[in-house]
Amino acid sequence: MKKNLVLSAALIAAVAVLLSACGSSEPQEVVNVFNWGENIDESIFDDFEEQTGIKVNYKVYESNEQLYTMLKQGGINYDVIIPSDYMISRMIDEDMLEKIDYANVPNLSSIDPQYLNLEFDPNQEYSVPYTWGVVGVIYNTKTVTEPVTSWSILFNEKYSGSILQFDNSRDAMATALFYLGYDINTTDKAQLDEAFDLLTKQKPMLQGYYMDQQFDKLEGGEAAIGVYYAGDAVTMMSNNPDLAFVVPSEGSNFFVDAMCIPKGAANKANGEAFINFMCEDDIVIRNMEVTGYATPSASAYAILDDELKNNPIIFPDKSILDNCQTYVNLPAETLELYNDYWTKLKS
Amino acid sequence: MKNRKLASLPAIPYVFWMALFVVVPLVLIVVYAFTSESGGFTLENFSSIGSYTMVFVRSLVLSLIATAVCLIIGYPVAYVISKEGPTFQRVAMMLIMLPMWINFLLRTYAWMSILENTGLINTFLSDIGIIGLINRLFGLSIDHLPLINTSGAVILGMVYNYLPFMIIPIHSVIVKIDKATIEAAEDLGADSVTVFRKVIFPLSLPGVLSGITMVFVPSVSTFILSKLLGGGTSMLLGDLIELQFMGGAYNPHLGSAISLVMMIIVMACMAVMNRFGDGEEQAVIM
Repeated sequence: MKKNLVLSAALIAAVAVLLSACGSSEPQEVVNVFNWGENIDESIFDDFEEQTGIKVNYKVYESNEQLYTMLKQGGINYDVIIPSDYMISRMIDEDMLEKIDYANVPNLSSIDPQYLNLEFDPNQEYSVPYTWGVVGVIYNTKTVTEPVTSWSILFNEKYSGSILQFDNSRDAMATALFYLGYDINTTDKAQLDEAFDLLTKQKPMLQGYYMDQQFDKLEGGEAAIGVYYAGDAVTMMSNNPDLAFVVPSEGSNFFVDAMCIPKGAANKANGEAFINFMCEDDIVIRNMEVTGYATPSASAYAILDDELKNNPIIFPDKSILDNCQTYVNLPAETLELYNDYWTKLKS
Repeated sequence: MKNRKLASLPAIPYVFWMALFVVVPLVLIVVYAFTSESGGFTLENFSSIGSYTMVFVRSLVLSLIATAVCLIIGYPVAYVISKEGPTFQRVAMMLIMLPMWINFLLRTYAWMSILENTGLINTFLSDIGIIGLINRLFGLSIDHLPLINTSGAVILGMVYNYLPFMIIPIHSVIVKIDKATIEAAEDLGADSVTVFRKVIFPLSLPGVLSGITMVFVPSVSTFILSKLLGGGTSMLLGDLIELQFMGGAYNPHLGSAISLVMMIIVMACMAVMNRFGDGEEQAVIM
């Protein structure tokens, strides 16, 4: 018994020492950032910490749906997230976002007004645009010698085994809906069924469903045809000059990714400071050089290198953009249908 | 009485741990499986599992094959190693466990670059003219062997990752077999085949059974292998469950129901296996 007492006394002493050690160090200000993979120049975190003393904890997700799921499940706390348009409107609808105090984000004034008050955040209360772009087909010009202009290339038997498809329901369904000539925001079950049937037919022709793994597969020549976002296509093409990017003539998806603060963020003010920092011209340009995505910042665009400014993939021609559609949030029944299709398709 | 209570004190941390991290999650799974999104009781989650029968069948078949392959490869290795000296055994065991010190994902990514159409094996085969030879022999015009994105690749991934779990328990059981029993059999005129068949193999069965369990259970619930090596087009149970929680289709209720059914299937398999094992041992003793 005596021995026990001594032991527990020692244990208590050890715990006390540990606790006091923790207490003595100054509490570090942090901001928890949750972003798409390959979507930022990570070296800017050091600059941010130097400027503000706030440390950035950084994590990435693969798709809007994954972000949504992780926030829904709870148990995590992020201060800044960067979802796409339709997901932002869904999150606003479901009361998952905090209103941003724009007094703390003075750099909002640098954003081109054409990217503000968009459909997903009509009153501009919840978001600060970060990047925009279009979806298109990326193909290897060595193996695909015919001219590529249509979504049909993704459903062409000839390239069976060399085609990659999106690994998320919204983008994958959109490729089929575009090909069939339907609205990508359709809620008509017959049209959605038809699109699902098309994806089911496409499945045996696919090498697989991938997100950021498309980088490796396409750059390495393992796959001939992929479908992905313009900014990432720029990165892939700089690593493998045989690759080409095309926005199909049937039209495509135009998307805006914007920075938001999820409900209950522990460090909201730090989040706003980070968002503001992300809109500074030199940071915008550094991010653009890494991610390849177009910026909505007017002041950064003005001082951009001509090489980037004139890149038709990063900043597509107006005629292409006019032919593009944005996603809107779908009603609950349609979302459920999407979930159902997606599980069926992948199993 | 007092003493006994004191003696069980050291177990308290683990009991607490188990309650918190084993019992509570299990209860949560059961609750989720039997409720709908609105919170009411429902059996709908289970009735909708029917449409995923193929995934269950595929998972069971692939993991059974992987387990069988592990046994076929692993048993002889364990047997041969156990016949060697202690230094050799130590080194061999370390080498077998060595790959497990490297992250699972990393090992699987390595397999991807080996198996890909433009990967190590296919490049090698086409460089030395094997692919051309196959084309001429069979009148084909392929530029690579289909290795990745096949069921075979998924099985290979399972075997590669879980083989040590088969070898280690079998080895540790064979090593402990009393040499006297083998000598006795030899004294009674048994040749080496008979000794193995009648003495060593039956005595090593407990190791075989725990090896089978340790390979089968993680194989049937594995979730990233089919995505990386199978191209994600032929989903396994683990992927189906992951999809309900982390993937595009958020439905933790269906996910929990599938997890529960999977647990029951695995437990049933284990029960059958153990029954079968007991029978074997008794038969041998008789």
